[in-house]
Amino acid sequence: MADKKKDTNVIGLTRSDYKGEPSTLCPGCGHNTISAQIIMAFYEMGIHPNQIVKLSGIGCSSKSPTYFLSQSFGFNGLHGRMPSLALGAAFADTRMKILGVSGDGDTASIGMGQFKHIIRRNLPMVYIVENNGVYGLTKGQFSATAEKGLELKHHGTNPFLPIDIAKEALIGNASFVARSFAGDPKQVRELLKAALSHRGIAVLDIISPCVSFNNREDTLHSYHWGRQHEAPLHDISYVPKKRAIILDEFADGETKEVTLHDGSVVVLKKVEKDYDPRDKWQAMKILEEAEQNHWLVTGLIYVDPDQETLYDHLNLTEEPMNRMPAEALRPSPETLERINRSML
Amino acid sequence: MEKDTDTEKPQKGVLGEDVNDFCMTICTVNGSGSATANTTLLKAIFHMGIPISGKNIFPSNIKGLPTWFSIRVSKDGYLARVAHDDIIVQMNPTTFEKDLDYNVPGGVVFYADHIELPIHRDDVIVYPMPVNDLIEEADIPRNLREYMSNMVYVGIVSQMLGISMDAIHNALISHFGKKPSLAESNFEVVRLAADWAEVNLEKKDRYRVESMEPLDDYIMADGNVAGALGAVYGGFQFCGWYPITPASSLSESLDTFAAKLRKEPKTGKNTYAIVQAEDELAAIGMAVGAGWAGLRAMSSTSGPGISLMTEYMSLAYFAEIPLVLWDVQRVAPSTGLPTRTAQCDLIQNYTLGHGDTRHILLIPSSVNECFAFGWQAFDIAEKYQTPVIILSDLDLGMNLWMTKKFDYPDQPIDRGKILWEEDLEDFKGKWGEWGRYLDVDGDGIPYRTIMGNTHKDAPYFTRGTGHDDYGNYSEDPEVWRRTLDRIKSKFDTARENLPKPVYRNLEGADIGLIAMGSTEPALIEAQDKLKAKGIVTDFMRIRALPLSKEVGSFIKAHDRNYVLELNQDGQLHQILTLDYCDMAKRLISLAYIDGLPMTADYIINTISAKEEN
Repeated sequence: MADKKKDTNVIGLTRSDYKGEPSTLCPGCGHNTISAQIIMAFYEMGIHPNQIVKLSGIGCSSKSPTYFLSQSFGFNGLHGRMPSLALGAAFADTRMKILGVSGDGDTASIGMGQFKHIIRRNLPMVYIVENNGVYGLTKGQFSATAEKGLELKHHGTNPFLPIDIAKEALIGNASFVARSFAGDPKQVRELLKAALSHRGIAVLDIISPCVSFNNREDTLHSYHWGRQHEAPLHDISYVPKKRAIILDEFADGETKEVTLHDGSVVVLKKVEKDYDPRDKWQAMKILEEAEQNHWLVTGLIYVDPDQETLYDHLNLTEEPMNRMPAEALRPSPETLERINRSML
Repeated sequence: MEKDTDTEKPQKGVLGEDVNDFCMTICTVNGSGSATANTTLLKAIFHMGIPISGKNIFPSNIKGLPTWFSIRVSKDGYLARVAHDDIIVQMNPTTFEKDLDYNVPGGVVFYADHIELPIHRDDVIVYPMPVNDLIEEADIPRNLREYMSNMVYVGIVSQMLGISMDAIHNALISHFGKKPSLAESNFEVVRLAADWAEVNLEKKDRYRVESMEPLDDYIMADGNVAGALGAVYGGFQFCGWYPITPASSLSESLDTFAAKLRKEPKTGKNTYAIVQAEDELAAIGMAVGAGWAGLRAMSSTSGPGISLMTEYMSLAYFAEIPLVLWDVQRVAPSTGLPTRTAQCDLIQNYTLGHGDTRHILLIPSSVNECFAFGWQAFDIAEKYQTPVIILSDLDLGMNLWMTKKFDYPDQPIDRGKILWEEDLEDFKGKWGEWGRYLDVDGDGIPYRTIMGNTHKDAPYFTRGTGHDDYGNYSEDPEVWRRTLDRIKSKFDTARENLPKPVYRNLEGADIGLIAMGSTEPALIEAQDKLKAKGIVTDFMRIRALPLSKEVGSFIKAHDRNYVLELNQDGQLHQILTLDYCDMAKRLISLAYIDGLPMTADYIINTISAKEEN
């Protein structure tokens, strides 16, 4: 008999409390791996599903929020316009964890404006781009992240240079930029946890192969290519706040530690290069080098744990605004009298 | 009694007597700072108890192009635009000659005497104003000269028309508020100019003002400020907006007033958030997100912005998300005339969105009603769980109007069917299982939980795709049909619960006049003047869509119903005809669009011509 207590997290929930409906995406889709890691990350962090709000746009990726966290509120909005939806919803209760799920079609085309602006405002949220270089739900057209020269069955050869989500995030001054690969689930999970502890926008560009339309071995968004070319910047481990004081287990090898706003720590163990994700210039450089050399650079590319967020500018009440009693929302009759008198 | 002759124009006639009854247009250059001077004249006359309206006819330009400010003084309380000027105050050489054409015979021209142009009319009375000389004499710092020169015409016009210096002084003090020294330095120029006029100008014209009973129940405000205040008192909590003429001042005013009125008393923290979005696509997305998450959410825009918001409004309709959207209409299609007024977005808004969408529309006619609808709209939106669009326009939104004081809301805030943790438990006890789109009590309106609700049954997934009573994805034909029918049924319930039409019925009328929004003053004036000509009418002003059944009764009671509106296709006429096709023959469209507010003359002339046939 398995010990039941062993299968619960710090708040006493089981992993199935974080699950969603069965996926209707293609078997083997990278997005399903990411969904599984979302479930694991929230479970392991002990965040209650009722403290999470999940939002998405349109596309295969945006369908995925029904495949995890059934006990969380969710909203599947419009193409490329998940960020505005997230921003409006976030004000209702700023204690909530906001999880936005998007794809390359959703973010890098119509959604580019909202993507850049949500970054600029530094709304505390996790923004995942499940990036496969192709439109899946409409059956295999090029997306804006498809590499130049990519050949697709029904659409010939892509003549255009790709948009790089991580670069766009970085140049837009995102306070947390990471890239990962659905074929590396452990890294996806650790990055997600770090993203959830970050106070500000955390952009996760996750290469997530489309097994139906863009998974040829030589293409940039395929499993094969990813496994051959993945160049992790570090071996990443997330250490929650409660355990952050005991970091000895990571002592072997060279490590870097980044303390996030909530006191948790990201431990980055050196792989090949000595990489500091707090150095924006280095971050720009590594992304450019990766493009030149056809590396799939993964890991925490950039983080600034202390950047001001949207909330810092608005002097918002601490109380969840959506629970405010009606009486608190209407000024007194005397104030209107004063206004009337001022308009003579 | 003055005789009306409604033929050749320009002519004196529609305007009654000379005391407290004239239209004065001040012609200036955009960006020259004339707004303060014009508002001062407007408020001073208002302070003398004389009904007044002011309309700024301005270009889509920051500096340099011509702009006109028309002040109508009317002892009878008629506030509509008139097409001709009794008095012209001319500061702009560029439009000098053309503006003269609008002057009535026997009218007056005040002009800055440095404009050395011939005056081609010999039937008007002319007063030159030595603007530059007086400014020189007043020893004004060079950087303020252009602005202050406007105070010269304030002084001279006031002296010649009998506008009291006390009233001018008060108006300046109220305008400059916390900077009384500026009020005084401006008043010095006014005084100097008035004194000059007293000594040097001989009164030859017939226009003057005379104090009336104080207008105690009235204030001066514009519709955008009133709409913003309405939102503040309606408990708005979130506004996402993007700048656009003529709507910007609504959300900007919201920012100003909310900062003063909507802070938590103990902490001084804001109980609202306002975000200037990157575009209207995002502005409405934010409002939808906030409305969904249980905030009283709103946005404000104009026609082009409405076009961009269309897709999210379709989702908000189908996913049943409450929000309030202001459309301060301007002239379209396309970029159109951004600084001119229209009622041309009616049909677009009524069915805004792809597919079978429909929206509740509120159509205020006065600044006071902008305030009232501003707060009522939130209750309606949350009650029916659907967007409510308030259709204002540039004339109402940006011009300063004399209006009834704002009345404090007479209804408590109604958040509609929201279930928090305990409510959901009670719901289950009463009705059994809860589903987001389950209509348990038969009014078509389901109960909603909102994010943050920790009851284990509260969460649900919102989507724009087909969904069943529990919010689950569904492609079932029967479910689709039933859901869409239920949503539509809310609108039939709403019909009789929205602001009803208001009537101005005259004894013995067999003709109906139907209109909406800011054309009301023109309709009222036309009604009175038509009656004097023997054409007796009843007037019904539509205040909301979908239409109340009362509208049908009104149409039925009149052989001919003239529908007056500021758009090309007669959009209100079309909606009336759709709803009452059996009475289509009784509905006659009198629609036009040229960018200017409707005049009573237009109504009188077109209806007289129709009735003669």
